[in-house]
Amino acid sequence: MAVATPALTPTDIVRQSIEGRRFSPINALVTFTMLFTLLSSVVILITLLADTIAAALPVFASRGLSFVTASLSPTAASAGIWQGIMGSLALTAFVIAVAFPLGVAAAIYLEEYASDNRFTRFINANIRNLAGVPSIVYGILGLFLFVEILMRGVFGAEGGIGGRNVIAGGLTLAVLVLPIMIITTSEALRAVPGALREASMAVGATRWETIKHQVLPVAIPAILTGTVLTIARAFGESAPLLLAGAQLSLFFSVSSEASFADLITTQPYTALPIIVFNFARQPQAEFVSLTAAAIVVLLVMLLTVNAAAVLVRDRYEQRYR
Amino acid sequence: MAIVEQQRETTIDLTGDVRRRRREAVVKAVFFGAAAISILISIAIVLALIGKAWAFLTSIELGQLWGNGWFPRRGRFDLMALFVHTLMITGIAMMVAAPFGLGSAIYLSEYARSGVRRVLKPTLEILAGIPSVVLGFFALQFITPNIVRGLFPGAQSANFLAAGIAVGILTIPLVASVSEDAMRAVPGSLREASYGLGAKQWHTALRVVFPAAISGIIAALILGIARAVGETMVVALAAGLNGIMTFNPTEGGLTMTGAIANLAVGSDQVAGDVAAFQSLFFVGLVLFVLTLGLNVVSGRIVRRYRQRY
Repeated sequence: MAVATPALTPTDIVRQSIEGRRFSPINALVTFTMLFTLLSSVVILITLLADTIAAALPVFASRGLSFVTASLSPTAASAGIWQGIMGSLALTAFVIAVAFPLGVAAAIYLEEYASDNRFTRFINANIRNLAGVPSIVYGILGLFLFVEILMRGVFGAEGGIGGRNVIAGGLTLAVLVLPIMIITTSEALRAVPGALREASMAVGATRWETIKHQVLPVAIPAILTGTVLTIARAFGESAPLLLAGAQLSLFFSVSSEASFADLITTQPYTALPIIVFNFARQPQAEFVSLTAAAIVVLLVMLLTVNAAAVLVRDRYEQRYR
Repeated sequence: MAIVEQQRETTIDLTGDVRRRRREAVVKAVFFGAAAISILISIAIVLALIGKAWAFLTSIELGQLWGNGWFPRRGRFDLMALFVHTLMITGIAMMVAAPFGLGSAIYLSEYARSGVRRVLKPTLEILAGIPSVVLGFFALQFITPNIVRGLFPGAQSANFLAAGIAVGILTIPLVASVSEDAMRAVPGSLREASYGLGAKQWHTALRVVFPAAISGIIAALILGIARAVGETMVVALAAGLNGIMTFNPTEGGLTMTGAIANLAVGSDQVAGDVAAFQSLFFVGLVLFVLTLGLNVVSGRIVRRYRQRY
């Protein structure tokens, strides 16, 4: 960001002296229109937040945090979102465990090892296109690859939830964010000056030693920022989970003696955005404020993470440019 | 002499011993494997879609794909209705996203001082980070009663206008950031030449920079269209379940993504080898091919314009 540049660039100063001080109505109109379009987004964001918070207030006022810690229930008065929060955290854990190492490794190959040949260009184009595939298509992939082939075919999960477990959902989300993870990590690696690599190799380091000791330490803040934003995206994603097996009923229970292994293999799960979707579909009026309350919890979790990532990045940009 | 000895030794060291070179090869192979996984994912997507889409196409008569509405459980698969509804949502969304996204991009790139930029740019990023299911709720609970019913009091509770506006809001940040990048890539000399000839700032922004960045801007709009076509949760919540083709934006109807979501969440969950369930894969394939085509076209345009500057 242009921290180092003064508020008025030389171009601006020359322009102002040529334009003179005369007021131009068209100029003012165009400037105002463009600013209006940008400020509209601010207004929309504020309206969205204010409207949701206002609708959610009755729930928090009457039930406090018990809304967050209670389990799902078909009656609106006692329904809570705890299972969704736990499910979303479990899904996020799978996304981090799978997509982070794979994404960083793939980006390192593409930026540091691959020569610029046809195959590399094909992989790069392929990754860009994968990033543009609608998320619901990844849901179809998850249903086919992870639920049917992996869970039912390989592990023979029959009966009960029939392989629609949190592992299948987590893998689906991991595959969904993998292209984005590769793209953001590639950008972080590309921002590392080439002189650093040349200097390291000139004193005898191998390519891997150069990456490990020189490139990654410089790129890691940007990589982590990108990773956090990507994971936040997976956290709010719901379309693929509709197909890949999150529970869509208003109420389900997990057997009380289920071990951790049972919880992630044979027990049903749901996610916070799926609960929002489910509440929002209900025709009864009392579910409106319940939906809004679930959204507030979802947004608080997401905005905290996003804001932290943006702050880290702004700080990092000021330090390195 | 001693120095020369040492130098020769270092030169030999630089070629590396066997263990180091072997480790290099292993590390490189692991990273290559990770990069190759992206190709496996693409193959898996195509396989997942094509197998059952083909099973679907062979199990029905092709006449079932036209007319009569989309009612998969009654053997009526009117793809045309889904397509028309998707186009309506996308059209309304772009009527919101194009002016607001491009206007924001022009302001951020041509007018905003760095301080203003630092405050306003994150707002767009926060808007981009709002989950689409939240916008779906916003469309149902705010846009329909306050905006759509304000203009058309008889509008259905689920309608294309509200869903399209919400999808448009989701698309604004994408259009804004891609087209802003395109405009910032226009060389400053063009602006300086324009000012030097006495052009006003608005003239420079709209008649010099905008046309110079037009290919990047078109690419941004195409990406926005692809995003709007593939948006699911807003449509599933706010566009309704009507399977009969309608051109009325105050009514609702199933889009391609809406039809897939609806099959997945339907209370009488169809599954297995039934044509109704397999239709989900067929619609998914159409959606995949459509968005892939849009993304490839936009990528081509971006590459061509990069070569020019």
